[in-house]
Amino acid sequence: MSTRLADPRALGHRRGAAVAARATHDKVIAVCGGTGCRAQGAMKVFAALAAEMDAHGTDATVAMRATGCHGFCERGPLVLLLPEGVLYQHVKVEDAAEIFEKTLLGGEVLERLLCEDPATGLRHRTEQEMPFYHHQQRVVLSDTGQLDPTSIDDYIALGGYSALVRALEMGPEAVLEEVKRSGLRGRGGAGFPAGRKWEACRHAQGDLRYVVCNADEGDPGAFMDRSILEGNPHCVLEGMTIGALAMGAREGYVYVRQEYPLAVEHLSAAIERSRELGLLGDGILGSELTFDVRVSRGGGAFVCGEASAMMASLEGRRGVPHRRLIHLSEHGLWGRPTNVNNVETWANVPHILLRGADWFRSIGTEGSTGTKIFSLVGMVNNTGLVEVPMGMTLRQIIFDTGGGIPGGKAFKAVQTGGPSGGCLPADKLDLPVDFDTLVAEGSMMGSGGMIVMDEETCMVDVAKYFLRFLASESCGNCTSCRDGLTILHDLLGDITEGRGTRETIALVEQVADTVEATSLCALGTSAVNPVLSTLRYFRDEYLAHVDDKRCPAGVCKALISFSIDAELCNGCMLCARRCPQDAVAGERKQPHTIDQELCIKCGICKDVCKRDAVLVQ
Amino acid sequence: MSDIQTTDGRVAAVLAGYPQHGPGDLVNILHDLQAEFRHLPEEALQETAAYLELPRAQVYGVATFYHGFHTEPRGEHTCTVCMGTACHVRGAPRLLEQLERDTGIAAGDTTPDLSLTVEEVSCVGACALGPLVLIDGEYHGHMTGERLSRLVEDLLDKEERP
Repeated sequence: MSTRLADPRALGHRRGAAVAARATHDKVIAVCGGTGCRAQGAMKVFAALAAEMDAHGTDATVAMRATGCHGFCERGPLVLLLPEGVLYQHVKVEDAAEIFEKTLLGGEVLERLLCEDPATGLRHRTEQEMPFYHHQQRVVLSDTGQLDPTSIDDYIALGGYSALVRALEMGPEAVLEEVKRSGLRGRGGAGFPAGRKWEACRHAQGDLRYVVCNADEGDPGAFMDRSILEGNPHCVLEGMTIGALAMGAREGYVYVRQEYPLAVEHLSAAIERSRELGLLGDGILGSELTFDVRVSRGGGAFVCGEASAMMASLEGRRGVPHRRLIHLSEHGLWGRPTNVNNVETWANVPHILLRGADWFRSIGTEGSTGTKIFSLVGMVNNTGLVEVPMGMTLRQIIFDTGGGIPGGKAFKAVQTGGPSGGCLPADKLDLPVDFDTLVAEGSMMGSGGMIVMDEETCMVDVAKYFLRFLASESCGNCTSCRDGLTILHDLLGDITEGRGTRETIALVEQVADTVEATSLCALGTSAVNPVLSTLRYFRDEYLAHVDDKRCPAGVCKALISFSIDAELCNGCMLCARRCPQDAVAGERKQPHTIDQELCIKCGICKDVCKRDAVLVQ
Repeated sequence: MSDIQTTDGRVAAVLAGYPQHGPGDLVNILHDLQAEFRHLPEEALQETAAYLELPRAQVYGVATFYHGFHTEPRGEHTCTVCMGTACHVRGAPRLLEQLERDTGIAAGDTTPDLSLTVEEVSCVGACALGPLVLIDGEYHGHMTGERLSRLVEDLLDKEERP
């Protein structure tokens, strides 16, 4: 019997069966199967819970599901129990029996596994009670925690592919119009209106055209696209298929970073299942639409996130960007009209088609419609993925959703926009986050990385970090980028190693201007943002490095020294034992001292000291 | 660059997975070859160039352009320190330094006995777990110096046992 869905009615039947199958279970154990939770042992927890289920013989009434990412990765492995909605954090294999017997069968909530709010010490039972989820508005991520990403029926049960049916009814022109009217802008960073790009591709001359999904999420500190592809690959495929319909494309590519193996696995499986059901291939759902998607793995080059470099990589060449005298929408992959959008942009498309452009416009701000997913990471209490309406302020995201800075330390800066973005200080926290506002302040919203930094982060070191990254990722085509970024990195090295003067800072600014003005692609032109934004907002810190030869945050090794506070030290000898240089001397129960000649400033003594007796000056 | 490793038909087996081959398959093929050989032997690059009817220079250019490909033999095990921004502000550089001290090799290098390669990666997108280290591709989050030393010791110990 063929499993192909001959028409939208067949899809409807399939949905009915899938919904019914999900409804036969009274209870669901949803174990987060995202990379973050897996890294903390989620699949072992899943196996332990499954074994409990076998032992109790309750599989008729209880369903088990390894779902997509729930977002609260730091607290993983996460286990969600439905229909009550109780969310357990840091679940271990040893907890499985108790969860099964007490909570699932006995209805008793295990207090110790509930998420504790670091700010208030309160333990919350459900996602909605937690500040981390409470302030979010989940659209793109709404289903990831509900479905098994390897099951197409789960996606169909939750309404999947009904947006495609709607698009087929509307026809290409109306779909294009709806996307244009929604104001959807590209989520990859540049924020170009998606509808306008689609329109240009649709009207470009050519027999074949391509749609491409940019899943080369290269910004360090960002993992929005990874979680979408891993957790709900079908919504990306559905978005691309709708795009193909609107633009008249027959082939699509998803260009995925090689660092994301689980995303490749889930996406490839989703493509296979879609082909089997005729949701990809010839005559999709009985219509005239023919479209298929291939997965192409990246090779580990940041610059390939740049669309023209990505085209080169897809064509089997080195990922070197070229001058786009003609837009890719006219002359893209293999010289044919091509439309590139990133994962999150494609994932928004089904929602726009189903709920309408007006609904989409009602979220966010006038110029930045819809929600945006951020990876809220670094020195912040609640780290993970958050989806909020655009226009929310940095403060709301970092302090309300993120719960502020751990350990009672002070907020220092937030880095947004990846290596093309910048660092903003505390007095910019009330700025709304959208496509345009942060640009005026020397940063950008970018693709959604949001790295919070506390008082123990050195901003010169952060700028140097980004330059090191970008210098190694420069494709080498433009002299100004290839050599300029290395020169800038070396100059910042002079500053952090105590050789810098005020002239060094002036030279940094001069070289940065040149790199910005004379590089071809956005990697080079925006590479100077981290250094320029830190110079703009944290100049005092640069001056402390060059004038006083001091690193106020206690990071730059050449400018700091480690010592032991004799009052606080109780002579436990922990640091003496762990010091790789044998630089710590002292008798048991006597204050220790550090031999500055031997000390390599590795910081291990500070890490292991339980009494905060190691001082950094 | 001489390469004494014979590929014994293993390259052909990988290439056979791309029956409708075109130049666009190059990066995917290189990934598969590397999964097979742990690095890209010269012979494999030459066979690939012939199969795809591409200049050897293009194949070699692609193999050396991307950070994910390696033309030199790699260690039995790989220890990768994530250097993403979130990991950086949570102390990744110090973990890498310690790893280099513990193993005596620099990031990007392999021990002479080919037991271990130490490397850094720009970001693996598991930022909430930073600082993060991957051992043979397996994630280990919230890493500390002490745990890392132990993990690497265990990894190499296992090798020595019969």
